[in-house]
Amino acid sequence: MASNKKYWQSVEELKGSSIVETLSKNEFVEEIPTDEFLGDKETLENSSTSRRDFLKYVGFTTAAATLAACEGPVKKSIPYVVKPHDTILGVADWYASTIADGYDFANVLVKTREGRPLLIMPNKDANGSTNARVQASVLSLYDEQLRLKEPRKGETTISWNTAHSEIGQELAQLKEANESVVLLTGTLASPSTEKIISEFIVAYPNVKHVVYDAISESGTADAFEAMFGQRALPNYHFEKAQTIVSFGADFIGDWQGGFEKGYAASRNPDSGHMSYLVQFEANMSLTGANADKRVVTKPSDQVFALINLYNTITGSSLPSKATPVDAYIKDVASALKKSGSHGVVVSGSSDKNAQLIAFAINDVLQSIVFDAANPLHIRKGNDTDLAQVVADMKAGKVKGLLTYNVDPVYNLSVGTEFAEATKKLNLSVAMSVQNDATANVTQYTLPMTHFLESWGDVMMTEGNYGLVQPTIQNLFNTAQLQEVLLKWSGNTVSYHDYLKAYWSSNILGGKSWNKALHDGFFTREVSNKVSKSSIDVVSVANALKKATKTSEFELTLFSSTAIGDGKQANNPWLQEFPDPITRAAWDNYVTVSMADARELGFTNPVKDNGAINGNYATVSVNGVSLENVPVMVQPGQAPGSIGLALGYGRKTNLKEEMQVGVNAYTLYADSNNVQYGVSIEKTSGAVHEFACTQVQKTIAGRHDILKETTLKDYTTIDPKDHKNGWNVPAMVSYDHQEVEAKSIDLWEEHNREIGHHFNLSIDLTSCTGCGACVIACHAENNVPVVGKKEVRVGRDMHWLRIDRYYSSGVEAKFNEVYNKEPNSQSIREFAKDSLGLGDGAMYAALETEAENPQVAFQPMMCQHCNHAPCETVCPVAATTHGRQGQNQMTYNRCVGTRYCANNCPYRVRRFNWFSYSDNKEFDFNMNNDYGKMVLNPDVVVRSRGVMEKCSFCIQSTQAVILKAKKEGRKVGNDDFNDACACAAACSTGAMVFGDVNNEEDPIVPLAADKRAYHVLDYLQTKPNVVYQVKVRNTNEA
Amino acid sequence: MKSVYLHKRLTNVLLKSFTFLLLFSLSFSTMAQESVDAARQKEGRTLFRSLCASCHKLEKKHVGPALGGVTERRENDWLKAWIKNNAALRASGDRDAIAIFKEYKGSVMSSFGQLTDTQIDDILYYTDVGDPVKVVPAGTVVATGGQKKGPGWLLYVLAAIVICAFLIIATLLKTISELQGAPKTPNSLGSLKEVWAGIQQNTFLHVVGTIFLLLTGAYFGFGTLFSVGVDQGYKPVQPIAFSHKIHAGENKVDCQYCHSSAKHSKHSGIPSVNVCMNCHMNIAEVAEGTEVEYDGIILRKKELDKEIQKIYDAAGWDAENLEYTGETKPIKWIRIHNLPDHVNFVHAQHVTVAGIDCKQCHGPVEEMDEMYQYSPLTMGWCIDCHRETNVDLKGNPYYEKIHKQLAEKYGTKEVTIAQLGGIECGKCHH
Repeated sequence: MASNKKYWQSVEELKGSSIVETLSKNEFVEEIPTDEFLGDKETLENSSTSRRDFLKYVGFTTAAATLAACEGPVKKSIPYVVKPHDTILGVADWYASTIADGYDFANVLVKTREGRPLLIMPNKDANGSTNARVQASVLSLYDEQLRLKEPRKGETTISWNTAHSEIGQELAQLKEANESVVLLTGTLASPSTEKIISEFIVAYPNVKHVVYDAISESGTADAFEAMFGQRALPNYHFEKAQTIVSFGADFIGDWQGGFEKGYAASRNPDSGHMSYLVQFEANMSLTGANADKRVVTKPSDQVFALINLYNTITGSSLPSKATPVDAYIKDVASALKKSGSHGVVVSGSSDKNAQLIAFAINDVLQSIVFDAANPLHIRKGNDTDLAQVVADMKAGKVKGLLTYNVDPVYNLSVGTEFAEATKKLNLSVAMSVQNDATANVTQYTLPMTHFLESWGDVMMTEGNYGLVQPTIQNLFNTAQLQEVLLKWSGNTVSYHDYLKAYWSSNILGGKSWNKALHDGFFTREVSNKVSKSSIDVVSVANALKKATKTSEFELTLFSSTAIGDGKQANNPWLQEFPDPITRAAWDNYVTVSMADARELGFTNPVKDNGAINGNYATVSVNGVSLENVPVMVQPGQAPGSIGLALGYGRKTNLKEEMQVGVNAYTLYADSNNVQYGVSIEKTSGAVHEFACTQVQKTIAGRHDILKETTLKDYTTIDPKDHKNGWNVPAMVSYDHQEVEAKSIDLWEEHNREIGHHFNLSIDLTSCTGCGACVIACHAENNVPVVGKKEVRVGRDMHWLRIDRYYSSGVEAKFNEVYNKEPNSQSIREFAKDSLGLGDGAMYAALETEAENPQVAFQPMMCQHCNHAPCETVCPVAATTHGRQGQNQMTYNRCVGTRYCANNCPYRVRRFNWFSYSDNKEFDFNMNNDYGKMVLNPDVVVRSRGVMEKCSFCIQSTQAVILKAKKEGRKVGNDDFNDACACAAACSTGAMVFGDVNNEEDPIVPLAADKRAYHVLDYLQTKPNVVYQVKVRNTNEA
Repeated sequence: MKSVYLHKRLTNVLLKSFTFLLLFSLSFSTMAQESVDAARQKEGRTLFRSLCASCHKLEKKHVGPALGGVTERRENDWLKAWIKNNAALRASGDRDAIAIFKEYKGSVMSSFGQLTDTQIDDILYYTDVGDPVKVVPAGTVVATGGQKKGPGWLLYVLAAIVICAFLIIATLLKTISELQGAPKTPNSLGSLKEVWAGIQQNTFLHVVGTIFLLLTGAYFGFGTLFSVGVDQGYKPVQPIAFSHKIHAGENKVDCQYCHSSAKHSKHSGIPSVNVCMNCHMNIAEVAEGTEVEYDGIILRKKELDKEIQKIYDAAGWDAENLEYTGETKPIKWIRIHNLPDHVNFVHAQHVTVAGIDCKQCHGPVEEMDEMYQYSPLTMGWCIDCHRETNVDLKGNPYYEKIHKQLAEKYGTKEVTIAQLGGIECGKCHH
């Protein structure tokens, strides 16, 4: 039965490691070493501080502290001289804007207080969605360490005027000599900026604009151009999909911008057509973790499987090879055929030809999911152009280089050569927000504005525009690219005026500029005609077959959810964000399969403090090798393949703590995300210390944490059916009758009908594990960053974590044999008697299952129990229950006994072991004046020695209530949803927050849904967080 | 003691008669000096203050020229024409009119066609004679000085001296009477010794005494500790001697005119300097005789005008040329009401929703020359009010449902803030 699956969080757990067993029983993984100290009599006696001295110190410090506390400090209040009209002290202003940093593109809303941006949320009116990096980008604005502050010539600071005149002269000279100059940018996707660049090129005809993306989708853009005559990326409407087949495309993650919103919309089990997702992949990606069927496939096999799928569907015989997954291909082909135009195939390959085959299959299916008419204009970088530029620079054909917000020295596999070539140029100018590696090799460095300080526009798809507007005055002496280019072109108009004029004559069509600016987006009807050229599939397949070299080890390079392409590597929120799959933070590492790990001798032993260790390896690809790469054994990794995240290993001007991981870009030859001919070798000796949270907060072997079912069972079986039900509530015997546990109570219930009563619903079916909520919570609630060492010992402060569970089907086998549910006793006997396995061996049996486990994500935060176990044990009543259903934590009352955390069955309480603000030991954003500007003034910064946890964003729920009271109206029906940072940030709508006492609130039907359940309901804690049972579509009739 | 009182009374009588004499002679001399038509002066003054004063002063250039003695400089007819419709006068090509318009950089004066000739004459009469001469009661200065409280310790010293003197006198009297042959009373010191010996032997007294001392110690000790961090009465010296008494009291400026964010936000807000300038652009000096007691010192017109100048410095206002220089200098006020960081008090909830009068927490601000913290601002103080106060559920649609439910369920229509969850920790501490 699905809900009685065996869930596990780490490989060690499967092996029955005693350490994991012990860890699961402890609330805090690290004991306070009192016994160690007090038990040792000798040390105690020889200590330089005697007991008497100690008492003296205590006495003196207490007296001194008391005296010092008597006189309060004098505080100054400095009002504005002229207060801006729309600023009210203490009331937040929201601005609609758009992020377009070359990697992430999204319509966003920016919350500001007294002129400081604090929080970024998706602009839901513009159908915007945010991920962890977009959420965290507000902190990068205040990155005092990495941001460029003044224009620079070499090492010397110069004024903007000097910079303009000197660079202007150089440009004029180069123009006169007709020497080639390259303007190198990432994807701008900005119509007005592209116009400015074209005008700049008119003024300087020797300039060529070259676009490249650190993480390249050039192959797809090439394929699209070949087929549809326009350089863009195809758009996918996954909300219309019935069958989705993906070959290594992590479209729920970051592939081509991410499509998690559309995908989640196709996952409603009640709609009657829940999509079926099959993922063929080597690395365990977010998409693979969410897939209904995940087929472990080496990268080379993915390519041939794709061609085989084409052959099976069309009946043709393109050149290919047989693969181990061909059996699945047949099933998939029939599923696709059955879905007809509601089927879609996507490929994550960097190879143009693989993309063409995928396009061709969609063409055959006449897929309505695949949209070539409204293509995406993000990530249009061209690798061929880039390769040409690098070659020309080396050959001395290019004399000038202007870069904008790109860091080729860091993120090209030929970075070092690029740096050398740059130094030889007549003119090199880096225009950049960050003081990165490239900005340190060019002659001139010009500081650029962060997107939160800029004007601008973005066109993500044809006809869908976004506006960028400044939300803060420039923090440093910076300018915008557009202003600089306008100036160099001899245009004196300001960019703001230019933008406005451009919009009114080209985009708005008579509509109001102010309204567009207020909304942050503008949509225009466009009728795109797709002209499709036919492609020669045979020659494409031939070329593809030729390019795909099967090798013993194949490397898949990917972008991690946290760091992406590495632009925000100096952002402590993102570094501390645990990877959704491995749950490791502050690192990148090579992932190897369990089979390969056994063979090559890689292990991840768990230490007694819950930390995980690992070995180092040397990874070599075609003569380039990366040394000392930590190794993580990853369940679900395809044997014969390894994975490594890009974006790490940045060093230039990063804070020392943030210079973590290895730079995988050095292996990213030709921007190809799959590298063949890879060798991996264990480095003997050294041990790597991971900061991995996966074993630290295990839930002590309790069951009924996660509930899941299949679509078939969901539609055919009664949820509460005694035998087969998939959402059976906990039952207890009362008056000799079996009744639902929640119906009886020891205490008299408080009246919760009057006023508001908050509930949070989390749909495990549509939660993709993306982690936007984790960062949103971090930003809203001033959650401190504790650093790698502290995370390693289980002291991370995340109020909201996303637990990742692996599961496998030994129970299913048991069920098959006995046709009944196993329990822990019977499954052991089954393993012993029927399968002839000892305890350890049974885990080994489980382990083979673990080669490709199923994955489930579960966001876990304070459950706000109506009968909270934490509240009853607090000796000082610092944690109490509110009438509105919130379990309240009063920091100023807390004395730090930590009883509450010990008594919390959900392990969601976090203890401040240290003071994390104004402490140079924790030199993150709370230790400098710029970083502190991101703090939310409505939430207190906790001090050392107090407990903290999710508050259901009480500061915002109260603000919503106050707003309604002030305006003399009822609270709107979904006003509360956006009050909770996690629910507001959730792109897929998996999290819904609301007031169950308002019959019209969307939370009401959810709380009463047949899928709704409480975690550990048999404990009778009566939580105010409801989870919705995860439904998988196993594609059974 | 009696003699002290007597002495005081005597001084008072002397002072008062002196004041009376002074007053008498002063008023007499005023009467003798000028013969002013007080009625016309008053009428003119009223009109001037309501219509002209925002741009004109008698002695000083302001937005428009100084008007003292303007009748000597201009013809009466010209003045009437100008006042009634200066634009028409300028349009007619009158040179003087155009010249004066240019001199004041084209700032337009409104037309006052509604004024009758008599009224204009009254105004002009007022510009000639000026304000009625204020009779300053000379004695008050002295009297105020006399009423000023000396420091507290002085009183105690005086009392001690008086007591000592009394004792000495008593002893002397006794000795004298003894010397004169009165029977010798036993030495009080000797009897004290006996009592002391008794006390020393009495264990019961020891125990009671110790308990008494401990309890008293504890009482005062706890009292002291509880007052740590409670800044009731905190009255810091501000960078500008701003008097709430003049603004909120005498001129009846609404609290929320300056503290305008109180109704929207958690903060009441200290007004930005541009809010001060709304009025002070036209009020460069205080009225004659204004007095403000600040930090134990009496400030008068001379000092107070300097305080107004500080606003101009902050706002970058050039009072001579009547323009902003752009050189601003924010005012660094000292914050009086300091809540700890972990307290989230919201003004809007109390001001806008509950409709509480500012005075309830901030005290009689309209009587305070120097602002101080009136309430203790302790949590107990907050909670007491939340426990006792009923929420006004009527008239705000937000509470409609709650109101109905309460009536249905409990038959009650009144709840205290505490019953609605107003003393839950998390509401203010988050």
